[in-house]
Amino acid sequence: MTALSVTVNGAPVEAEVEDRTLLVHFLRDQMHLTGTHVGCDTSQCGACVVHVNGRAVKSCTIFALQVDGEAVTTIEGLARGGQLHPVQAAFQEHHGLQCGFCTPGMIMTAVDMLARHKNPDEATIRHELEGNICRCTGYLNIIKAIRACEAAG
Amino acid sequence: MYTAPFRYLRPNTLAEAQALFRDSSDARYIAGGQTLIPTMKQRLAAPSELIDIGRIASLAFIRREGANLIIGAGTRHADVAASGDVRGAIPALASLARQIGDPAVRHRGTLGGSIANNDPAADYPAGVLGLGATVRTTNRSIAADEFFIGMFATALEPGEIVTEIVFPVPRRAGYAKFPNPASRYATVGVFVAAFANLVRVAVTGAAPCVFRIPEMEAALAKNFSPDSIANIATSPDGLNTDLFASAEYRAHLVGIMAKRAIEAAML
Repeated sequence: MTALSVTVNGAPVEAEVEDRTLLVHFLRDQMHLTGTHVGCDTSQCGACVVHVNGRAVKSCTIFALQVDGEAVTTIEGLARGGQLHPVQAAFQEHHGLQCGFCTPGMIMTAVDMLARHKNPDEATIRHELEGNICRCTGYLNIIKAIRACEAAG
Repeated sequence: MYTAPFRYLRPNTLAEAQALFRDSSDARYIAGGQTLIPTMKQRLAAPSELIDIGRIASLAFIRREGANLIIGAGTRHADVAASGDVRGAIPALASLARQIGDPAVRHRGTLGGSIANNDPAADYPAGVLGLGATVRTTNRSIAADEFFIGMFATALEPGEIVTEIVFPVPRRAGYAKFPNPASRYATVGVFVAAFANLVRVAVTGAAPCVFRIPEMEAALAKNFSPDSIANIATSPDGLNTDLFASAEYRAHLVGIMAKRAIEAAML
């Protein structure tokens, strides 16, 4: 076991992990933050997307020890004071989810996307969503939700 | 646990990294890990030690130096794609970086990691070979034409680390790829670069290793236009066949992607 110091959703965490622990398993099994999902195991579906130092990464494709000393944000870290993050609210408003399994990854990707693109057009949104797969094929409403956030500024 | 057990090591310098490598039995370097980790999860790779060079700050930089653009091996794809220096000097290279994987992969994956792995369907080998870049390592400089030697094989010696890539700035260049719809790897990708006296054409995804097409290069050096290569057919002999595309289809795509790359270069 190796010591890991990391900030998770703003709070400092000291933990011990086996070296081969993937970040997603650290978050789910040790931190009990189960909003981050494991969908495909092949780095393609994006259900496990979290932010490391503000940038979207696939937490199934990074070892926990690789984020030692860094700041991780999960879907649980977005809401503030019982208020949904604007992107979460937009997904609710525009029915940007059906079964909801892909939703945490979609939202983390969308938040990252909106931080990097001021007013993403539909083509940009589609390109930026290439790493997130929705098996309900609810993409149109997901795109609508993201466009609504952009419109709301 | 998905991967076999290993010892994770994070050196602060390249010298330290190489010393750790020498002291290990079966170590692998990891930078972004976007290929290595999936491979380890399938247990197709099971290194005894993982030496993380992904946070050695001196490996991440982009700078213009005269007629060259130099990019540190640890530079993430997203940073290459967004760089004003890259977009100004070699927009085709920024475009290539923007087409790798997806945003999360581009936030982690590195230029050096991509070329050191030399996946037959990776994008960067086409850019590095197409631009005739020079690969600088902890030990030496290697011309792109000598660097990529086969499927997942490069001229790198055990323990040697890619430190930076020197890209000569072309007059114009373009990259076009037909991505696999799930993985976004290149089913076929073609990079075309025109310099004062020569044109280079490099193809990824089609064969076990990135390769050049001298016949197209000669035709384009005379007349840089999609029409110049319209009648140059690519043989399917030796090209890849898999679930997604036959060798014949890939051979066809080489011509199409080459045309699109030339068109992109002429914009």
